[in-house]
Amino acid sequence: MPKEYKTPKLDELEKGPWPSFVKEIKLAAKKSEMSNDLLGQLEQSYNEKLGHWKHGGIVGVMGYGGGVIGRYSDLPDKYPSVSHFHTIRVNQPSGWFYTSDALRTICDIWEKHGSGLTNMHGSTGDMVFLGTTTDHLEPVFKDLTEAGWDLGGSGSDMRTPSCCVGPGRCEWACYDTLQRCYDITMRYQDELHRPAFPYKWKFKFAGCPNDCVASIARADISVIGTWKDDIRVDADQVKTYADEGLDIFNDVVLNCPAKCMRYDGEKKEISIDNKDCRRCMHCINVMPKALRPGVEQGATILIGAKAPIVEGALLSSVLIPFLDIDDEEEFEAFCDLIEEMQDVWCEEGKNRERVGEFIQRVGMGNFLEAVGVEPIPEMVAYPRDNPYVFYEDFYEDEDE
Amino acid sequence: MAMTVDQIADAMYKEVEEATNFGKKLKPMDLTKAMLKAYEEEGVDKKMCKSAIKNLVDSGRLVYTYFGGSYLELPHREGAAND
Repeated sequence: MPKEYKTPKLDELEKGPWPSFVKEIKLAAKKSEMSNDLLGQLEQSYNEKLGHWKHGGIVGVMGYGGGVIGRYSDLPDKYPSVSHFHTIRVNQPSGWFYTSDALRTICDIWEKHGSGLTNMHGSTGDMVFLGTTTDHLEPVFKDLTEAGWDLGGSGSDMRTPSCCVGPGRCEWACYDTLQRCYDITMRYQDELHRPAFPYKWKFKFAGCPNDCVASIARADISVIGTWKDDIRVDADQVKTYADEGLDIFNDVVLNCPAKCMRYDGEKKEISIDNKDCRRCMHCINVMPKALRPGVEQGATILIGAKAPIVEGALLSSVLIPFLDIDDEEEFEAFCDLIEEMQDVWCEEGKNRERVGEFIQRVGMGNFLEAVGVEPIPEMVAYPRDNPYVFYEDFYEDEDE
Repeated sequence: MAMTVDQIADAMYKEVEEATNFGKKLKPMDLTKAMLKAYEEEGVDKKMCKSAIKNLVDSGRLVYTYFGGSYLELPHREGAAND
């Protein structure tokens, strides 16, 4: 008979109309002793305002250095079923497209080898399996690989690349995010499974500037879809929006960050000064039937974002303003540049220093020189900002 | 004479063994840099070092560990493990 824990503090988190992880753990606890002890330990942590997990260490599967995050309870006698509570990251499919069959298979595997609790999905994008013991790691890995799955990244390796649904479901995708995410995952299997970097390295692929995977805030390399030419305007649909009551002047024109739009209320016509457009997508999002991205599409490559862990948060900044990333040759050149940047970072980066922090420390000018990229004015941290590269010629002219 | 991947792996293993004696942890890049410094003239390059690390891990002579970052260590009983 499993021990029944009183959990008044956790119970508070079941109240309200939103999903509750407590409710899910309680459901799992009916079948899993591990989930039951998890409730007990969590309640104790909430009471004491103290975590009771020991993190890290040696656990993993043979040959891999990533994909398993070791976790032990520091109260093993009180909560024996969570004495080991390791996390497994499983590489998600591009765009998180699953068949029901696939989901049933992975859930069956996890109920057989672990707590049955999952996190769909972790912030890196992987499927996260929460809670198993060391002796189940190899068997769960075997079952997963036999069913066609693989582990994701963890530690100082290339983390599991992720992408938005892209052309699979979204008409705004400016390149094939699903394909390129898959290509990068397969190309860098060694970097994904065998940590060799100073710290983590994340790729995120967003199909348009809406950036649904938040790559600009979290990825060391953000690949964000964009277009080079003019926004396509359907004049009839603009009139329809106006007739249906959309306040185009206030809700579209005044919200344009570049102030590059004009609206003629009498003629119900919109005009855009495209050379000043910042590709923010706001107008397109408000009037999706009337406005569309241009036809010359590709991606902007940005570098250096990170969430705050060791140091504060960084947003990524532009490295390559426009790349036709669907083109195989340009994609190869992109990969060559990635490898060059990783080499420089591995050579000179400090332990636990993300590439964005490394660039801050050595200076973007020096970094670009080391990776063999010519500085250009479009390399800016924010649209219409000053470029951060200062040309030596400029100083020489000034000195003279 | 040019070094083989197996010889590099042995040299790496020795480095890790010595570091362990001093209570120090080494990252894969530390090992690669040490090998390049010592044996670059004998034809050792980054690719060979990568293969050597793969051999060491696949054979179980070294294991990856995580303590705020990823390291390569000799297999040992996990200090935090609740046996």
